[in-house]
Amino acid sequence: MIEFRDVKKTYQMGDETVAALAGVSLSFPRGSYLAITGPSGSGKSTLMNILGGLDRPTSGQYLFEDEDVSHLDDDGLAHFRNQRIGFVFQSFQLLPRYSALQNVELPMVYAGIDVKERRERAAEMLAKVGLADRRNHRPTQMSGGQQQRVAIARSLANSPDLLLADEPTGALDSSTGQDVMALFEQLNSEGLTVILVTHDANVAARARRRVGFRDGLIVSDEGTPS
Amino acid sequence: MKFKDLTRFAANAIAAHPMRSALTSLGVVIGVAAVVMMTSIGLGAQQRVMSAISGLGTNLIIVSPAASRQGFVAQAAGSDISITGSDAEAIAKQVEGVAAVAPSVRGQAQLAAEGTNWNSRIEGVTPDYLVARDLTIGQGRMFDEREARQGRTVAVIGTTVARELFGDADPLGKRIRVGSSPFQVVGVLTAKGQSGFGQDQDDIVLGPLPTVRSRVVGRRVKGDTVQTIYIKATSEDDLSRVQEDATTLLRERHRIRQGQEDDFQAQNMASILQASQAATATFTILLAAVAAVSLVVGGVGIMNIMLVAVTERTREIGLRMAVGAKRSDILIQFALESVALSLAGGILGLLIGIGGALLIAQLGSWPMAIPSWAAPLSLGFSMAVGLVFGAYPSWQASRLDPIEALRRE
Repeated sequence: MIEFRDVKKTYQMGDETVAALAGVSLSFPRGSYLAITGPSGSGKSTLMNILGGLDRPTSGQYLFEDEDVSHLDDDGLAHFRNQRIGFVFQSFQLLPRYSALQNVELPMVYAGIDVKERRERAAEMLAKVGLADRRNHRPTQMSGGQQQRVAIARSLANSPDLLLADEPTGALDSSTGQDVMALFEQLNSEGLTVILVTHDANVAARARRRVGFRDGLIVSDEGTPS
Repeated sequence: MKFKDLTRFAANAIAAHPMRSALTSLGVVIGVAAVVMMTSIGLGAQQRVMSAISGLGTNLIIVSPAASRQGFVAQAAGSDISITGSDAEAIAKQVEGVAAVAPSVRGQAQLAAEGTNWNSRIEGVTPDYLVARDLTIGQGRMFDEREARQGRTVAVIGTTVARELFGDADPLGKRIRVGSSPFQVVGVLTAKGQSGFGQDQDDIVLGPLPTVRSRVVGRRVKGDTVQTIYIKATSEDDLSRVQEDATTLLRERHRIRQGQEDDFQAQNMASILQASQAATATFTILLAAVAAVSLVVGGVGIMNIMLVAVTERTREIGLRMAVGAKRSDILIQFALESVALSLAGGILGLLIGIGGALLIAQLGSWPMAIPSWAAPLSLGFSMAVGLVFGAYPSWQASRLDPIEALRRE
């Protein structure tokens, strides 16, 4: 179970205090397939940053499998991101100088896994996303859809509990976008918790539960709870 | 194991921009090469001076007229030279632990023999001079006490003089003209080679003191005065006591009251050696310090490029943090990058510095002494430069906010 309890996030902008999250309570069980929607500035990115351990709430609690991650220090959060979270970004965020295999290895390097094991596992993950034959290609030698699949393989490297995808199809044409969505659905059916952050209604419609945000608050919550 | 990976990341980043990395290292290359070359030159000079001084003779005390009276302005007649042959005799008789005392006058003179001529240094001495200066006769003999006292016109010549005047012929028994006076050659000194000061020690003529004084040096050295008294102590342990005793004796003989300054100066080789060592050490440190400035400039170059790298790779840093890099992982990766750049420059600079030193030694016939600590010190220094100047950029990289960093274009 992943749970937000009255989470607030405020920023100081000059004299004004701006609330990016104005008290959000949300919980979802393991294996959920969730879409977070809302216009820009609605607080959905802030929510994702806190969910992913890139940021801390100003107040409230963030419980991850009964562990309170709201107040971890920088190293604690780094470890949390490394072990628990897989990120998929709109712009892929692959390192251009590294091959597909090396990009997928990266989270395992920071986990301290030895070379042989992480090579094997990275190759396995690339095969899983259908890129077994592209392991030595660099990002620049691959299409957008292929790059995003490398990014997904990377997000799976350390067997995370939660996959966070921020506008994962935003930079893709619709048919490759469909392929990527199908991949998420497959991963979710294997038991992985997947959260999509999107303002694309078509993408959101494919999730089993859709949570709408506006002005830092949840304004809608539809679909099945898990 | 993780450290190995961080090293690999750093190496990868350096290899990604070979030209830029090379130029960045160049500053350190120049700095280290300059330090190595400068210290080698300085130490070479030090060794040359040391060998020059010890080449003058061991356990030697040199007494000369006081420096204040050696000015280039003419002094009152008779007051310019204060030490005499009888001072030398008194020292030989009254000071204990003395192996030899040799008074000497010297001048420069034109030599002529068998139609050729040569210009050389001529010294008027007593037979003890050979002992005092660690010289030996190679051929023939030294003139004896009696000849010296009587002012006979005999001479012992150095090998250079022998070669210039007589070529391969035997000079013994031949007559040479020194200035306008004829001398007979009775001996040839064993060759001693070039002195550390660059002077040819074999380009010399030795004659009996009174003869040389009256016939060659002439007007400048009057009566019984001499220009130098060489005193050789029997052992190194006696050196400073002999110097003190000789000084006391000369003050008495010259009737110098207490509190008044000596009208002569006595220096022993050990103290001259010390003084000149201190001087050349200062010179070496000065050279190295000037060179070290360029090392610092090299460090600033590294810092500059590292700051650029951090800015360029902000997104990479954000991504690394997102997938689990700790701040310390980022810090170490960038610090390794800057140390590697600097160390590579240090290694290359060391090789160039040694090569340059050898080249200067070859071309300029300047003595080179590449110190044994050059390698560890220059590598240590270049690593330190990398650490110091990489510290701020690396720290900056490690303090980035991953959210901001990922958003950067």
